[in-house]
Amino acid sequence: MSLADMDRGTLWLVILGLALGSFALRFAFLGVIGNRPLPEWVLRHLRYTAVAVLPALVAPLVLWPGATGGETDPARLAAAFATIAVGYFTRNVLAAIGAGAATLWALLYLLG
Amino acid sequence: MSSSTPKSAYWEGFRAGAPFVLVVAPFAILFGVVATEAGLTVAETLAFSVAVIAGAAQFTAVQLMTENAPTAIVLASALAVNLRMAMYSASLTPWIGSAPLWQRAFAAYFLVDQPYACSVLRYETGPPMTPAQRMAFFFGVVTPVCPTWYLFTWVGAVVGSRIPPEWALDFVVPIAFLALVMPMLRTAAHVIAAAVAIVMALLSAGLPYNLGLLVGGIAGMMAGARVELWARSQRRRT
Repeated sequence: MSLADMDRGTLWLVILGLALGSFALRFAFLGVIGNRPLPEWVLRHLRYTAVAVLPALVAPLVLWPGATGGETDPARLAAAFATIAVGYFTRNVLAAIGAGAATLWALLYLLG
Repeated sequence: MSSSTPKSAYWEGFRAGAPFVLVVAPFAILFGVVATEAGLTVAETLAFSVAVIAGAAQFTAVQLMTENAPTAIVLASALAVNLRMAMYSASLTPWIGSAPLWQRAFAAYFLVDQPYACSVLRYETGPPMTPAQRMAFFFGVVTPVCPTWYLFTWVGAVVGSRIPPEWALDFVVPIAFLALVMPMLRTAAHVIAAAVAIVMALLSAGLPYNLGLLVGGIAGMMAGARVELWARSQRRRT
């Protein structure tokens, strides 16, 4: 369905609902807990939030990219591994992004 | 770092966030193009980006609306994609939770992937900061990242022309996230947390509403916490 034909009230309901819902998710802990000390076991889990959630978000996108209809793509896979390798050894975010992007575009061009 | 002020922390954050303009801009253009091609006006597309600022959730909502999904399902699925933001919120609380409520409310609105990851990386691995400096750093990262999201959504919506799929702009985001995570893998516990999260996310990728992300994330956090406890007990024994 083209969204041009969609009921405008419904569309704005989605936009506003998403805006309020997203803010509630982001404000949940920061706003409510604030300065109160968290128990040690909670802090221990929170220390691993970033290194758990971001790879979990990325892993399916690397193996089954939406752009190829979920088909594993050698160029994207190699680009991911180049990013990981350069990032791990240099600990430099920009060098890792550069290596990943260069690998991706070089392989897409070569495998064309 | 005695000479360090909130102002210098702000500019340090700005410099850390600036390169991500190159990642956020193509993704924002992509959303602008996809949303207008799906039938939204330029104003509606821009409203989406300003109100929600969450690329993955915005793509999910537009996709489901074109599939005629009921409004409740559209909202539930897009918010499920955004559930990770609640984990970010919890993760940042020990660092910036002592700031005034109005600052925390602004920080919550701008709490998206890149400012979160840049800030945690800085707080954990850099020289210590005061709470005011931490907040200033966070808003420093936000300054180049979030306006870029608005501006280039608009550019994509106005230009409207199809971006050649050969450019593979879809993959800019995974590369950026991987690059942000690698310097955070400082201990065995961090590496195992990431490995468990990846395996569990892949195994549960078939779950509806993007729940695989939550399963992977929570499993990874539990694995990291377990290994940390185990490593500490080993040290105590020797």
